Amino acid sequence: MSENTQADEPTFEAAEYADGTVTYPPHTVSPNGAERVGTVDLREYEGTILTWTTSTATPPGVREPNTLAIVEFDMDEEYDGPAVRALGQIAEREDGSGETFDVDIGDRVEPVYADELREPGAGIREPESQDWDGFRFRPVE
Amino acid sequence: MERVAIIGASMTQFGQRDAWVRELLAEAGAAALDDAGIDGDDLDHLYVSNMASGEFEGQTGVPNALAHDLAAQPAYTARIDQTSSSGGAGVYAAWQSVASGASDLTMLVGGEKMTHRTTSEATDVIASLTHPVEYKQGVTLPSFAGLTARLYLDEYDAPRESLGKVAVKNHANGVDNPHAQFRKEVDLDTVLESPIVADPLRLYDFCPITDGSAALVFCPESVAEEYVPEDEYAVVSGIGGATDTHVVHERADPTTMGGVADSSDIAYEMAGIGPDDVDVAELHDMFTILEFLQSEDLGFFEKGEGWKAVEEGVTDRDGELPINTSGGLKSKGHPLGASGVAQVYEIYEQVTGNAGPRQVEADTGLACNVGGFGNCVTTAILEGNQ
Repeated sequence: MSENTQADEPTFEAAEYADGTVTYPPHTVSPNGAERVGTVDLREYEGTILTWTTSTATPPGVREPNTLAIVEFDMDEEYDGPAVRALGQIAEREDGSGETFDVDIGDRVEPVYADELREPGAGIREPESQDWDGFRFRPVE
Repeated sequence: MERVAIIGASMTQFGQRDAWVRELLAEAGAAALDDAGIDGDDLDHLYVSNMASGEFEGQTGVPNALAHDLAAQPAYTARIDQTSSSGGAGVYAAWQSVASGASDLTMLVGGEKMTHRTTSEATDVIASLTHPVEYKQGVTLPSFAGLTARLYLDEYDAPRESLGKVAVKNHANGVDNPHAQFRKEVDLDTVLESPIVADPLRLYDFCPITDGSAALVFCPESVAEEYVPEDEYAVVSGIGGATDTHVVHERADPTTMGGVADSSDIAYEMAGIGPDDVDVAELHDMFTILEFLQSEDLGFFEKGEGWKAVEEGVTDRDGELPINTSGGLKSKGHPLGASGVAQVYEIYEQVTGNAGPRQVEADTGLACNVGGFGNCVTTAILEGNQ
């Protein structure tokens, strides 16, 4: 479990379906059409960097540069559905440098909560139409 | 089902234009009517492929505006939006209108006006197609390309230089396209030393932001010769459309474009041909990596081998399978709604023998238009009567 997990923190909610599959983000039905039966909190899982990029041309309200990764979570042993992944920002170092952690393919990471990933209202999307907090990833120590 | 012919085509100068979307559409539309030797009021259907005229310039209702400008009333009109593949989706809609018998004469005009916005704003308009959980992380289409390129290079041991060679090839092709935004060759060092945009991809791995329009006129093949001589029309012998996941990270293999494979399977089956029968292709090289992925998922090359074909010159204009003889989106430019139409324009010019200095030997050509990061795809196959 992530050290950072706190009881009052929003969950990293993925959906679980009747056919046993898990998806992030949640959808109305599973990839095979099965109905939703519950949720899984991805804060409880670590993952591996599948790939990453550092974007230097970012849209309004987005940090620049913006290092992003696709992370594949290590689900429980009995899970045999499609890979559960998330696209997320790489977290900033805690040394005050303002720089993000260096990451590479295969690195182990864990989710860390951020109350604002991008400035609502700066981009084209209606601020009230979605939430703007969520999870970044940082290397597992 | 009627076999559908293309009997006229046009495209405007692509690049930074003073004209607004309505004017761009009218320019291409009038030229295509002229090319087919018809008037606006001859049309039964008039479609406009456009992604975001409302978001870019606050102009909605563009099909009706175009119909009035071309005196095409009372033709049935509709706007076709499928993001970056709006053009290909428009080709599908226009083909469907004639194949079904609903229309005896259909014009499709694709267009977009983008360059009055900053790169950051234009990138955000396009990124607005993403799922909220992707959008809030600040993802852009270029960052999907960076993520996918890194994975592809790692998985298939492809050299970084191979991506650069796509840009070099397509810029070289664009020199001979009078409508292209860039008509300038670039060398590999220039590509590899250009500023990083989405690591490992650099500025020259990306298409520009572009204004422009392109148009096509469709009718049943049975009456095509009433408009143009036999060798001046092409037949849409196969067409298919498909979607992949909205959320890009949920794809089983992020280096495979399922929509490309699925849409081309349908198109090949309809045309009764396979990938080996294609003589020339226009692929959606919004980013250099996409040319590799599409050339593999269309079945031209084995998975993970597309980069070798570029290295070996197979896809050069004088190679075995020329890809993006127009210069591609990379050098021709990418006015979103126009791009899929302009791809078919190039294939039409090739299979009717009118491609001038870009001409290759081609009876059968294919155009693959990609929306989002492979979210929506159409593949069209054209055959000439040379």
